Amino acid sequence: MKQKKYWQSFGELKSSENYQERVQDEFGEDLSTDNQDLMGATAPRRDFLKYLGFSTAAAAAAASCEMPVKKSIPYLNKPDSIIPGIPNYYATTYVMDGDAVPVVAKVRDGRPIKIEGNELSAITKGGTSARVQASVLGLYDTARLRYPLAAGKEVSTFDAFDKLVAEGMAKASGSVVLLTGSISSVTTRQVIAQFLAKFPGSKHVQYDALSVSGLLNANAATFGNRAVPSYDFSKAKTIVSLGADFLGTWLSPVEYARQYAAGRKIDQKNPEMSKHIQFESMLSMTGANADDRFVHLPSEEGAVALALYAALGGSVSAPALADERLKKGINMTAASLKASGSASLVVSGSNDTQVQIIVNAINNLLGAYGNTIDWSATLNTRQGDDAAMVQLVQEMNEGKVGALLIQGVNPAYDYCDSKKFESGLAKVAVSVSFNDREDETSVLCKFQIPDHHFLESWGDAEIKTGYLSFIQPTIAPLFKTRAFQTSLLKWSGDQQAYGAYFKAYWLNRFGSQSAWDKALQDGVVETAASASAGSFNGTAVSAAATAIAGVKSPAGKQLVLYPKVAIGSGKEANNPWLQEMPDPITKATWDNYAIISFATAKELGIVVDDNYEVEVTKPVIKIKVGQTEMSLPVLVIPGMHKDVIAVALGYGRSEKSGRASANVGQNVFPLVSFNGSTFSYAAGSVAVEKTATTFKLAYTQTHNQYEGRDEVVREYALSTFKKNPTILADERHKLVEDYASNTGDYAAEGTLYPSHPYPGAKWGMSIDLNSCIGCGACTVACTSENNVAVVGKSEVLRAHEMHWLRIDRYFATYRDDSGNDNLDDLNVVFMPMLCQHCDNAPCENVCPVNATNHSSEGLNQMTYNRCIGTRYCANNCPYKVRRFNWSDYMGADSFADNQKAILDDSVMMMNEDLTRMVLNPDVTVRSRGVIEKCSFCVQRLQEGKLKAKKENRPLETGADGKWDIKTACQQACPTSAIVFGNVNDKNSPVTKIRSEEQTNRVFYSLEQIHVLPGVNYLAKIRNTDRHVGVAEEAHHAAAPAGEHASEPKTEAAH
Amino acid sequence: MNQKRTVFQKYIPALVLLVTLCLSFSLQAQDGKALFNNKCASCHAIDKKLVGPALKGVEDRWDDKAMLYDWVRNSAAVIKKGYPRAVAVYNEYNKVQMTAFPELKDADIDAILGYINTGGAKKDEGASTAAAGGADKAGDDDANLLYGILTLILAVIALILLQVNSNLRKMSDETEGTASAEPIPFYRNKAYIAIFAILLFLGGGYLTFQGAQGLGRSKNYQPEQPIYYSHTVHAGVNQISCLYCHGGAQESKHANIPSVNVCMNCHMGINEYAKGPKIYREDGTEVDGTAEIQKLYKFAGWNPDTKQYSGEGKPIEWIRIHNLPDHVYFNHAQHVNAGKQQCQTCHGEIQKMDEVYQFSDLSMGWCVNCHRETKVQFTDNKFYSIYEKFHEDMKNNKLDSVTVEKIGGTECQKCHY
Repeated sequence: MKQKKYWQSFGELKSSENYQERVQDEFGEDLSTDNQDLMGATAPRRDFLKYLGFSTAAAAAAASCEMPVKKSIPYLNKPDSIIPGIPNYYATTYVMDGDAVPVVAKVRDGRPIKIEGNELSAITKGGTSARVQASVLGLYDTARLRYPLAAGKEVSTFDAFDKLVAEGMAKASGSVVLLTGSISSVTTRQVIAQFLAKFPGSKHVQYDALSVSGLLNANAATFGNRAVPSYDFSKAKTIVSLGADFLGTWLSPVEYARQYAAGRKIDQKNPEMSKHIQFESMLSMTGANADDRFVHLPSEEGAVALALYAALGGSVSAPALADERLKKGINMTAASLKASGSASLVVSGSNDTQVQIIVNAINNLLGAYGNTIDWSATLNTRQGDDAAMVQLVQEMNEGKVGALLIQGVNPAYDYCDSKKFESGLAKVAVSVSFNDREDETSVLCKFQIPDHHFLESWGDAEIKTGYLSFIQPTIAPLFKTRAFQTSLLKWSGDQQAYGAYFKAYWLNRFGSQSAWDKALQDGVVETAASASAGSFNGTAVSAAATAIAGVKSPAGKQLVLYPKVAIGSGKEANNPWLQEMPDPITKATWDNYAIISFATAKELGIVVDDNYEVEVTKPVIKIKVGQTEMSLPVLVIPGMHKDVIAVALGYGRSEKSGRASANVGQNVFPLVSFNGSTFSYAAGSVAVEKTATTFKLAYTQTHNQYEGRDEVVREYALSTFKKNPTILADERHKLVEDYASNTGDYAAEGTLYPSHPYPGAKWGMSIDLNSCIGCGACTVACTSENNVAVVGKSEVLRAHEMHWLRIDRYFATYRDDSGNDNLDDLNVVFMPMLCQHCDNAPCENVCPVNATNHSSEGLNQMTYNRCIGTRYCANNCPYKVRRFNWSDYMGADSFADNQKAILDDSVMMMNEDLTRMVLNPDVTVRSRGVIEKCSFCVQRLQEGKLKAKKENRPLETGADGKWDIKTACQQACPTSAIVFGNVNDKNSPVTKIRSEEQTNRVFYSLEQIHVLPGVNYLAKIRNTDRHVGVAEEAHHAAAPAGEHASEPKTEAAH
Repeated sequence: MNQKRTVFQKYIPALVLLVTLCLSFSLQAQDGKALFNNKCASCHAIDKKLVGPALKGVEDRWDDKAMLYDWVRNSAAVIKKGYPRAVAVYNEYNKVQMTAFPELKDADIDAILGYINTGGAKKDEGASTAAAGGADKAGDDDANLLYGILTLILAVIALILLQVNSNLRKMSDETEGTASAEPIPFYRNKAYIAIFAILLFLGGGYLTFQGAQGLGRSKNYQPEQPIYYSHTVHAGVNQISCLYCHGGAQESKHANIPSVNVCMNCHMGINEYAKGPKIYREDGTEVDGTAEIQKLYKFAGWNPDTKQYSGEGKPIEWIRIHNLPDHVYFNHAQHVNAGKQQCQTCHGEIQKMDEVYQFSDLSMGWCVNCHRETKVQFTDNKFYSIYEKFHEDMKNNKLDSVTVEKIGGTECQKCHY
């Protein structure tokens, strides 16, 4: 009998011996496919029934026989401050990779489980970033080094370790060098000074992988102060950024995002907002938020600054720029800056000293110093000196360094010439690493003594002059780690531990225990000085101008190396939450890649057709810079300069850096170059060629489509909005006329279903698209608060990501009269999308088991234990916000690790006992086969309500700034774009936004389908003269832009 | 064929009646017991005086049954009316007013009375011998057994009658000379087999369903603890407030088992058990209270002679009795602090338990029932001021009270998230 055969693997097709053997194993057989002789089939019906019966019985027996005996073990001696089940909050500070953010750690039953911003801080006002939100997971990182090592072997005690180091140092000849990141801590600086004093000839080198040396050097040249002044974006009417991603990664993004959003919020009665113009080479998150945006080659960054300076009347001759659009843009920018005068701010992300000197000259010319730029408080989180680092590496190679102590930096990975660093390190007699894991540098060091995580540490950070933020431990050290300051104290002969040293120092400075206690409790002590303009010295300007004028644009493609918002320089790369957070622009996860323009794609013969975005398999290109070759997958993104290739830093970590970061992407730090005084994150003369290989990139923007419905976002030009403030309100009014002509009640008349009564609270949310910068802090905060699963790259590729809150990115380009799409004229809109908690929810009435239904408080409730996984609700959701547990991502199954072969190792890492300590005990861990989605943080709603009940008072939902309840996304948002509250409370901000303050900008996504969402949005307003929104001739209704580009298809599908 | 139909026609109604009877009996008893435990048990026992009188024979003491119904629903009104028995009881029990249960219907009260009259008696027999734990379970089982035997006897009688009937017919057929088919033994009679199969299916299905529903429930669970800690002695005899040790119940989702230092607050001074009533274990052996206190000292690392801590204490590993599934959120503070519930409502008469057992089955039905019936502190707690419409209705007498259910207390995401 000849049998038709389906096969899954070659083994099966060829019926190899090995394969035959394997299929004899249990559950290995084929399904019976022949319909002629059922009893003769390999798995006849009777066998099937036998197996079914046996497995049912076995499962029943395994599940039911006995209840496990559980124990309740109370404290022996319960600390006064702890009530099991009630979280404690400790103010502390996130200090990592040049960011310092005052935070509050939520500690539940002794475990830190969530990080919030510290609202008492004047710098951040409670804002956070994705990295801050994710940092709590870093505490439970399985790759952390758990004990000190000497020559790769565990040292049993710290005393033994100290002895070994002391012996080594005594023998070593040459200087002692301490290599750290930027140190903003007052006491640590003092400890370091004490240590250096003990060893004559020793020095301290500060090295930042993402350097701002150029800015520091320029300030040293023009203000005599090698520091970063305070910027105030909220005071600026015109903001010009020359390639600075100040909302995402530049200097102090959380602070700047808050200030920036303050100037972008629209008062309906007097609609004014700042104007933001961005000049850049690639599309950054900040550029995506700009009102007007111009692209240039990386080699032209100086020329653009110089041209702007000349256009403003600076006494320099403007260099020739070829691009007409760019030239027009510079003139337009100059006009806008002149109009704003001292209420202007120009920043540059360049690490070139000369460029920064010109930028300083521009700001000086405008009178920005003393107004939008303040020299009274300088930022201390970036002090690295590139030249000093280069010199150190030179000295190491020359054998002049006897001992090298490395803390918080990883030059073997992120130094531009890491080979030279490694060869130098080999020549150092005593090399000590305080890094938290066996990273690329630590494994080369003779001694490793891991430092605490910041949540286990004492410490302080003087983020800006006069702005102190303290670090206090929220948990006892999990491993045998020691504060690196303690080590320095010990090795300099001071026997006290850093904790005691630190407390003694501050107690002395504050003068009394109560003042010190208060400082520690608040977390921040801030003394603002009156603004200072500094004294500008312009002597360096003409030399800088000459130097810039001498720069020639090299031929060929140019390369830009940029840090991603989530990953930065890669220090926290082993954080699955950050790896899985979609990049704001590319929406790609778990990889870095070469971003290229359409023009470059065309040149390389890469077809960008309708399927381009849907297809995850991407061609790989080979780029060659100097002698370094690298093969990277490509992503085509509009808004790139046509000859620029951009690649993210921070990827390609070593095997020992952790299971989530190992071998993810490629390390492009070797492409960074040193120009004699600073590092350069760009390269010219890049040779590019397409290879035959392909690579799968996991990006999320093509998932969760709106089925062609395009009234999801709304965007208007400021001028349009001023001229016709009710443009959106009128359109919404028309809906009422069309669908509810009798009563005028759109909610009630537009449906056959009865409406829900909301006798008490009715929860609602308002999201301001003007304030949303797309940073993703909300996404990670939601992940952290709600135990959202990490699914790993392989599952993201299959559109199985679980984020309850995603940020949709829309591109919008326009077509000119001749039918060509102008890719330069690009608008990007970010829109947070989460369950809309519809009052007329389409998901609710399709559930066969009523697992999702409506609460009397307006919540669309999801009951996991009722869910049988039909996924009808997800199909019927117009917003595509429901997530299905395709696999046992959280290890909720009673059989541990049964998904090991199916899921990525990073997911298994999340299910280790150590990592699971981060789970929120108030939120159920979902099992396989159920749907989940945003719950409006119902655990917080219940907690807030109970708090009010216990205090016998009405609930506070934001009236007069009093909040019992904030959702995780709202609390994390650095720009306060998200407002949540009780819409039945007339005084709550969300009600006021809807009914008084923003009536002209309020809209509901897809309002015409009458699902009555509980989340409203405020239309995006762009302060530009360009055309914004949908061209009338292109579309009958005001739909989001971007629908209309066709050749090439510029819009990444919604 | 004809004959078959007659068999079905005759016996099926009888069978249905029988099954219905059995089920309805057990249903009523079941309901009455649940209601009794829910509503009455915190103040009444069946033949023992507690806060209120023993309820055995209560129907005889009240000649007017309607009055009794009213009394249960609102005792104050009955006293006001001056009904003599009501006034007498009120005075006899120190003028402590009985909690009103307006939600109980006549049928519910009948069920409770039925339970008191039937199962209750045996329950107390059981309770006097065994420890409190298995008591009412035993009573219930006895009742079920009785019904079972009755059913069986009736079934056998029915069977015999059927057999007799068929024999008679056969005889009459023979006398009339009509040819009749060869008699089929009853075990091969298809009608019997069908009835048996249906019965088996129904019975088996019922038991399977009950069993499946009971998976993970552990009512009456009474594990042996590392220290024989008697709640009777502490909460009953010595009247220590529950919240002294379980203070978390006011603040937190967990009531919290007290840490050893809380025990030592008192037991630093109290180092022997001498004056209290004798305590007996389940197996009848007497508990040496002083020895149990010594065990505590060992855990605490306390030397009673030198009155010093050795610093080598270790926490006590109590066996957890009340377990909710992981997907249930339960908050003690919500119930004790905001809802003003007594501990006994869910945990039973804990002040009378030597070793604690699980009093309620902690099933979802049990939770939801209570949420349907319990009133919230609607006017007392200012939190509820946001429910403007209900306040309005109350003012206009459209609504007399607000139950937990009315403010959404039976919605999924009140407990599952």
